[in-house]
Amino acid sequence: MKKTIVNLLAAAAIGLGASLAVAGPGPEDLTKQLTEQVIAAVEADAEIRAGDTEKAIRLVEERVLPHFNFEHMTALAVGRDWRGASAEQRQALTAQFRTLLVRTYSNALTQYDNQTIVFKPFRGRPDDRDAQVRTEIRQPGAQAIQMDFSLEMVGEDWKVYDVVVAGVSLVTNYRASFAQQIRQSGVDGLIESLKAKNNELVVEKS
Amino acid sequence: MTGRLSVPIMVAALAVGGCASTPDNPDDPLEGYNRAMFAFNDRLDKAVLKPTAQVYDKFTPLPLRAGIGNFFGNIGDVWIGVNNVMQGKAGDGLSDFARVLINSTVGILGIFDIASEFGLERHDEDFGQTLGSWGVGEGPYFMLPVLGPRTLRDAGATAIDMTVDNAWYGGRLATETGASILKLVNTRANLLAADKVLDEGALDRYVYVREAYLQRRRYEVYDGRPPRNPEDDYWSSDSGETGPNEVGDGAPAAEQVDRLVVGIDDAGR
Repeated sequence: MKKTIVNLLAAAAIGLGASLAVAGPGPEDLTKQLTEQVIAAVEADAEIRAGDTEKAIRLVEERVLPHFNFEHMTALAVGRDWRGASAEQRQALTAQFRTLLVRTYSNALTQYDNQTIVFKPFRGRPDDRDAQVRTEIRQPGAQAIQMDFSLEMVGEDWKVYDVVVAGVSLVTNYRASFAQQIRQSGVDGLIESLKAKNNELVVEKS
Repeated sequence: MTGRLSVPIMVAALAVGGCASTPDNPDDPLEGYNRAMFAFNDRLDKAVLKPTAQVYDKFTPLPLRAGIGNFFGNIGDVWIGVNNVMQGKAGDGLSDFARVLINSTVGILGIFDIASEFGLERHDEDFGQTLGSWGVGEGPYFMLPVLGPRTLRDAGATAIDMTVDNAWYGGRLATETGASILKLVNTRANLLAADKVLDEGALDRYVYVREAYLQRRRYEVYDGRPPRNPEDDYWSSDSGETGPNEVGDGAPAAEQVDRLVVGIDDAGR
């Protein structure tokens, strides 16, 4: 009897080890690693905390971006018009939207001030290919802010395709203004205005 | 700006907004009026509210700010509890009332949020959410003077929220006004960091704020689990055609898409 249990445990451990070896970290672990790494990096970097946006952008590009699926994010932001866009247009949209998001939200890192991220109980199943990780940003002296990540399986890896802060998706919040722009001047018009916006941000910075 | 004032202002504004031209967005038939009021609020913010909040932010030490936030939070918890009960969430409501009991006593008149340390979380409820949970529709997006974005439903509910809030000050106008101003400045100070995101991230600030407000309210009404928007699914439906990424059927089957669907299909003019 005792032996059977030991064997079972051993088998389970091997099985667990094997499954860990094949797949990358699950959605919850990936999000934890990401947020912990970024917070540790910002805490260790006085320049970022003093407002060095370029450095914050580099941090995001190195550590965060590889785990995001920007094409899906752009498709979400564009909505129905994504279907009518050509492959080149999709590529251009994705590149510009990515620049805009990275610039805008890397800035948020420079405002880091001792917030902590608390993970809520994860409710995914092991065979899911789409998952939500719910967290809460706690900060001294102000109400906690909800932050939810949506992730999907791409190949063998989990990728983030949406971040919802305080109920507002950083991605789909653009849909109405994108649709308005496309109605006025087409997909190319939207690409142009995103380019203009990004250039404007770069000029301001330098 | 008390609750008593908001209703007539709202009605007057509605009359003005009634003559707005063709709407671009089905959620926002009053866009003409709303944009004008948004610009007015923006100017007011730049001239008065934001500078005040910046001074407050700079000179109010964190413990004092936390105390101020907690004090108003404690008063608010009573009404939050009532709203939870009205929405049929008796457990959450009881937890809110327990919070008030603990924070008003051990937390010294609500200045310290001891209840959160005990694991009784603060909830986010108001009368607009209660109406939403009862099935009352949002109505058009509607910009209030000073107070900012609402929907018509939430503008009416705000009047009730504020009246209840002011009841705590025993009808003393000076106290009511003082408390309202302090709360407004405290709230604005907490939003200072968001200004940069809005300035840098938005293609059209008005649209960005509107969409954020509407999304947030839907999230709140559904307690963090709003129904899926059908327009979220364009990725999965054509990922096989031209997308370089082989994404399988990642999108879950469209769940209940009741209210959000309305209007989305006729978004074009």
